[in-house]
Amino acid sequence: MNLQSIFTELEQVDGEFFDRLEHVSRRGLFSSLTRKTVAVAAPAIMASALTKAYGQSSQLPQNVVDVLNFALLLEYLESEFYEIGTNTPGLIPEPYKLAFEYIRRHEELHVKLLKKVLGDKAIPKPGFDYSAKGNFPDTFSNFQTFAAVSQAFEDTGVRAYKGQAPNLMNDKPILETALQIHATEATHAARIRYLRGQKGWIPLASPSGLPQAAAAVYAGDDNVVQKGINLASLLDGQVPLEGITEAFDEPLTREQVTAIVAPFLA
Amino acid sequence: MKNSFMNNLKTPSEFNTPRRAFLRTATAAAVTGGLLTACSTATPDISPNGGRLPGDVITLPGGDLGILNYAFVLEQIESRFYELVLANPYSGMTAMEMQLFQDLRNHEVTHRAFYRAALGSAGIPDLTLNFSDINFRERTDVLEASRKFAEIGTAAYNGGGKYLTDPENLAVAGKIVSVEARHVSIIREIEYMNQSAFSGDNIVIEGLFIKLEPAEVVPIAQKYVLEIIDAHNLPSVAA
Repeated sequence: MNLQSIFTELEQVDGEFFDRLEHVSRRGLFSSLTRKTVAVAAPAIMASALTKAYGQSSQLPQNVVDVLNFALLLEYLESEFYEIGTNTPGLIPEPYKLAFEYIRRHEELHVKLLKKVLGDKAIPKPGFDYSAKGNFPDTFSNFQTFAAVSQAFEDTGVRAYKGQAPNLMNDKPILETALQIHATEATHAARIRYLRGQKGWIPLASPSGLPQAAAAVYAGDDNVVQKGINLASLLDGQVPLEGITEAFDEPLTREQVTAIVAPFLA
Repeated sequence: MKNSFMNNLKTPSEFNTPRRAFLRTATAAAVTGGLLTACSTATPDISPNGGRLPGDVITLPGGDLGILNYAFVLEQIESRFYELVLANPYSGMTAMEMQLFQDLRNHEVTHRAFYRAALGSAGIPDLTLNFSDINFRERTDVLEASRKFAEIGTAAYNGGGKYLTDPENLAVAGKIVSVEARHVSIIREIEYMNQSAFSGDNIVIEGLFIKLEPAEVVPIAQKYVLEIIDAHNLPSVAA
């Protein structure tokens, strides 16, 4: 696919695409990227998703379909959660409204993207119970509960995508898109942790202000061995143990994630 | 296709004048802050170089080893940067900001130590780093540089992951990239409180955090490295 066809394709999909690029580059916060870089890089990013978005779901291997549907379930869970939350008057304090609005929008985009890639193989949205079988009776009436559940979803999401990345290695565009979603979830997770008075990163396997019942969200995040290298020994006296564990987010298996999410299924 | 993409991205003159490409704000501020820097007793710009000379060529290998060394370059830059931030704290650094920079330093030093150990004799040497265009005495400069390093790092891992062929390497890269993305979020939140910047439209486009190719990132990194990084062996087509 050459650049021109990417642009043409994008124009067909999204008539306002170039206007939006103008808007993005004008904001200038990411000034390390020249305007031209943004204009060229953005379509390339989206193209990797788009090339998979048109009628190729029948060619997806079953294991990729399974991984993407697993991701879709999590995105459905998050998307509906934020949709309800941002539409509940009085729930979200004014200073945080924009943050949750952005997160809601991103989760909605993730749902749309995964559904497009999966085509008719996408699972339908299940019913959700955001009280988690009565454990959180005030999810949408108490902001503290809402933010706590949000943190659990976001940190779980980061760990869930991470766990599946190696299963997508044979499909590079999908792998890359999954990595990009994964990093987006991490920006959400850090923001929510921060507004709850937590560090943006995960020290040890700390429940990070969540009730002990949610400990599974952080299980195993205190690992210090990477590729057989014990970093706690290597960096003894140079970096505190907490810092070493914060430096690596650990994956969760599908089974672990399913166990975390199960109480939220109606 | 790859080549035409890159040709569209940057003109040759831009490759040769990295000043134009990165840290525009910090560069401008460094110029205006030059007198302050000159009066400072701190000399935070050059790190020990193990006896090599500026201009020495460091050639990154191909394959997974190339991508891991490429990541090692970025982690060397980031870790050294935060060591210098802590060694030369800007005036008025709050306790909260000090804690933030200590955390960032801890993470990046850990990443650097990991790559150094994991790569062993296949790793590049410690680089001679030059941060002379960052005014460490200015809070804004330090936060801006922190933000940009974290953003480039996240985008680089996003774009580099597809070139890794060993699942274990991909798994570790995945463990690091989300921490870099957490850094982006928190640094941006500190700079632009209670706005959308933590996951803003210029880093997350259509729900996807941007990605950068090695060929886009190396010229940016090169600006901070006195040795010449030869990245021509790095993979540019996913296997």
